[in-house]
Amino acid sequence: MSIWEYANPKKFIATTGPALPWLFGAAGLCLSVGLIWGFFFTPDDFRQGSTVKIIYLHVPSAFMAINIWIMMLVTSLIWLIRRHHVSALAARAAAPIGIVMTMIALWTGAIWGEPMWGTWWVWDPRLTSFLILFLFYLGYVALWEAIEDPDTAADLTSVLCIVGSVFALLSRYAVLFWNQGLHQGASLSLDAEENVHDVFWYPLLVCLAGFVLLFVALVLLRTHTEIRLRRMRALEIRAARARA
Amino acid sequence: MRRFCEGGGAEPPAANRRRAARLDGTLLPASHGCAVAPGSSKTVRGHFVRALLLRDLRLAVRAGGGFGLALAFFLIVVVLVPFGVGAETSILSRIAPGILWVAALLAALLSLDRIFALDWEDGALPLLATSPLPLEGVALAKALAHWITTGLPLTLAAPVLGILLSLAPTATSWLLASLALGTPALSVIGTFGAALTVGLRRGSLLLSLLVLPLYVPTLIFGAEVVRRGAEGLDPTTPILLLAGITLGCLALLPFAAAAALRINLR
Repeated sequence: MSIWEYANPKKFIATTGPALPWLFGAAGLCLSVGLIWGFFFTPDDFRQGSTVKIIYLHVPSAFMAINIWIMMLVTSLIWLIRRHHVSALAARAAAPIGIVMTMIALWTGAIWGEPMWGTWWVWDPRLTSFLILFLFYLGYVALWEAIEDPDTAADLTSVLCIVGSVFALLSRYAVLFWNQGLHQGASLSLDAEENVHDVFWYPLLVCLAGFVLLFVALVLLRTHTEIRLRRMRALEIRAARARA
Repeated sequence: MRRFCEGGGAEPPAANRRRAARLDGTLLPASHGCAVAPGSSKTVRGHFVRALLLRDLRLAVRAGGGFGLALAFFLIVVVLVPFGVGAETSILSRIAPGILWVAALLAALLSLDRIFALDWEDGALPLLATSPLPLEGVALAKALAHWITTGLPLTLAAPVLGILLSLAPTATSWLLASLALGTPALSVIGTFGAALTVGLRRGSLLLSLLVLPLYVPTLIFGAEVVRRGAEGLDPTTPILLLAGITLGCLALLPFAAAAALRINLR
């Protein structure tokens, strides 16, 4: 019994299919508990007032935007090394979710920044590197869409994902060198002395869990769709051949 | 076709050599072609790099390959900027480093899709892939040819255009240095992008979407060198980082470009 057995699309769907409703349910539960708790049952910050509550959307979406790219990198490597189609399709399925997460992070940041910093947008290193990450996602999805042959598309996007990861990381540090910013430092690190206060921390954790569950559920659902689309294509080709 | 270079260790296998001879005939003038000692694959490869490079340069100069095009584009962008932002010398000299770098980057981008497209259309690319030269070497030679036809002229023309934008005189040498160090990275990254999109019919728009985000680190450090030079600060750190990026790209990206070419040639 090895984990690679789930690379069989049929087995993959059979195993993850029944888990989908539970995942969506858990995601919905976590998100509603976390957001309601965060928005209504936490005190206002003494400096930032109620605007601080946007972190319950902003932080988890930013967290997911970065981690979805890392997940795509891992699945791309698995595809290149072991040639499991499910892996390539999971990377393809994850990319649009990554785009949406990056957009949510940028958008909520702008909404928070307007009253706090007095501007919708500044060329701060964190903001800028997120914008660059957004462009990388766009290019990745565009390359998938542009190539007709599915295996070629999977191969080329995997190569792009690997090279893009290096350059995304490089851009992150180049941007730090280029401009010092307004964005606060990390306040959720496990090793930091001073973190965000527990009152805000627990609902935030619930929200983070909700976003992760939501992503897992969505990516599984989208991977199922991709597998079925490909199966349908194969059936159509077979039918066309039979007719000819 | 994917394993074309496996046998190249000591001596290329007979089939490879036969193909190589055919390719040699198309690439090299007759005096070059058969002067290669049959046993030494190292010399063969050296000759191939030179032959490929010369062929690409000739195509660029003679066949309307866009040799002067990038340069003209560079000039036009620089001329258009004062119309957009106003002719005030103080503003122009402040934004000159960034404008010159962005314009050089766009000019380099303009000719990227020509790197492999012509060879793809007339079927020379599969032939190149079966030559004794590894595909990585082909990618590097192509990048070098692209740099000689765009990066180098851009670098040499930049000081003159710097005068148009009233760039501080102290920054001119740094502009030369940063472009000379940075444009090879632009060409190598662009070759990777061109290899990714070579099989696509309308690939050039996609190519810019893929390549421009990859240009960000090079642009940041390149423009920073010139900016610091103009303000009289010490540009050592950004120039070292720029050199690091260029060397890293030169060392690693030909492998990625060759991988993409192999996938596209399958």
